[in-house]
Amino acid sequence: METLLPLMVGSLFAAGLYFILHRHLFKVILGLILFGLATNLFLFVVGGLTRGGTAIINKHEKVAVEPYADPVPQALLLTAIVIGFGIQAFAIVLIRRVYQTFKSNNLDELRKENEAH
Amino acid sequence: MPSDLLLLLPLLIPLYGALLCLMFWQKEKWQAAMAGLAQVAWLAGSAFLLQRVWVQDVVSTQIGNWPAPYGITLVADVFSALLLLAGAVIGLAVYLFSLQGLDVTRRRFGYYPLLLLLQMGVSGVCLTGDLFNLYVWFEVLLICCFALLSLGSTKGQLEGTLKYVTINFLASGLLLTGVGVVYSLFGSLNLAELAVLVRQPTHPNLPLLSMASIFFLVGFGVKSAIFPLFFWLPASYHTPPIAISAFIAGLITKVGIYTFIRLFTLIFVSDLGFLLPLLAILSGLTMLVGVIGAAAQTDFKKILSFHIISQIGYMLMGLAIYTPLAIAGSIFFIVHNILVKTNLFLISGVVAERYRTFSLKKLGDVYLEQPILALLFLVSALSLAGTPPLSGFWGKLMLAKAGLTAGNYILVATSLCVSLVTLFSMTKIWNEVFWKPKAQSLEKKLTRAPVNLFRLRQLYLPVILLLVFILFIGVCARPLVQLSERAANGLLHIENYTETVLTNNNTRK
Repeated sequence: METLLPLMVGSLFAAGLYFILHRHLFKVILGLILFGLATNLFLFVVGGLTRGGTAIINKHEKVAVEPYADPVPQALLLTAIVIGFGIQAFAIVLIRRVYQTFKSNNLDELRKENEAH
Repeated sequence: MPSDLLLLLPLLIPLYGALLCLMFWQKEKWQAAMAGLAQVAWLAGSAFLLQRVWVQDVVSTQIGNWPAPYGITLVADVFSALLLLAGAVIGLAVYLFSLQGLDVTRRRFGYYPLLLLLQMGVSGVCLTGDLFNLYVWFEVLLICCFALLSLGSTKGQLEGTLKYVTINFLASGLLLTGVGVVYSLFGSLNLAELAVLVRQPTHPNLPLLSMASIFFLVGFGVKSAIFPLFFWLPASYHTPPIAISAFIAGLITKVGIYTFIRLFTLIFVSDLGFLLPLLAILSGLTMLVGVIGAAAQTDFKKILSFHIISQIGYMLMGLAIYTPLAIAGSIFFIVHNILVKTNLFLISGVVAERYRTFSLKKLGDVYLEQPILALLFLVSALSLAGTPPLSGFWGKLMLAKAGLTAGNYILVATSLCVSLVTLFSMTKIWNEVFWKPKAQSLEKKLTRAPVNLFRLRQLYLPVILLLVFILFIGVCARPLVQLSERAANGLLHIENYTETVLTNNNTRK
């Protein structure tokens, strides 16, 4: 897992960036989503992976027993997923609106039309 | 008033203001009234907060009374309170402008609540004491920016917003990655605790900190539009109506610079020998490229947009020199620039309200028809260029003096040359818009709005309000210089900040 996940994060980042640089609007959305996923996964992995142990403190003890999974990155992750979701939703609506207005989903044509305008 | 409440007010006032506005959906009179109340209250709250931190240096509170490194910390020092107050002043001015200068449809469908929520985001960024919350507040601010920029959905706006959303989403991703790296290195996200941890020279992860700082350099570099990362700004800032772009152009990039200065004086201080020369090069290039870009433009709003970039360079210059005087200069310059830039945008709005165009070629003769407006523009433009005794001069004087003392001659020379070119571009606007006789061939084509003196006077009101502030900090610069020096001192000597946040936990049960 520890070698597989960083590779996955890396390839998600790469794929996300590649798609964002694309001139096709739908692929830009895909790129935004993949890039968001990559950052979220990175945040999860970088906090350290522990399997099985929860950070719940037992009745008889004062602190949680090691090894336990750090709950902070998970909390950050949840927040980040929600924020990312909101922005992606906005981006999708925006791009749909762009498509409706310009009747095109090619970024280069958008620019040409605006310059003519 | 207890300082806990004072810290919460700048967040709560815009939030409740926005909620009230939403209750009066489609009724723009009611919305305007609610928003006006919220703007005045926000201004008052920020002023009280500034007064409090002037007495107490740093005030902090823990939400829910959870002790400091674990709970959500709100903290204000002179720097953050000063930025909030400047933001509140332009908030009020832009609100006054929107009453006459924005179309009814946009006002009816969400302009006021979005503006207020954007202001809540700004307050959050200024007041938070936690790295992750900083990211969250930045997202709050950005999503409101997205919605405001695209409000009305004209073709230009949609294209500009698309670029803005994409590049800012990327930057936010990088920031979040940086937050993750910092947490994995130090196991904390509280700014005060991080500041203590990175100052322990024996901490095993210290050498990796500069890697984390690069994530923040790039992330906030995009948001504050520094040299190689600024291309989204001139592509999007000129597209929305003035009542929207004046606020965003005036404040949002400066909030980016605020976080820059905050983080690079508080946390990323372990490898300044590497970072400062890099920042110096970036700031010099930002100034230069911004001003050259502006010289090539022939559109009122686009010239002003490019000047935002060039002025960001000055603010970064203070951080790159890194002496108390230099950072004080940066802070002075930020406040000055927020006011002046918004005012210039508003003036361009007043001109366009009458002549329906921003193109320098089509405009002309405004001096003959609106001499008072021409005078207002002249003072603001000279202030931006830094003519003594106006406000830009003092900021540049502090920066140049600090640069010369620190031996940063090339940077100072660059900044002075850029001032000269700024003056050139302001003269260009003056000549083209206000002075030159209008081209006869265009006279017939120009659709001119009918003169409504009452409306026009109302549009002058916010411009004059901002000009009073600009003249005050120019002619009577001493109070603001003192405030900036206090703020810079607080940034460079962080003991007070960390102590207030970390020990102020259980004062009240």
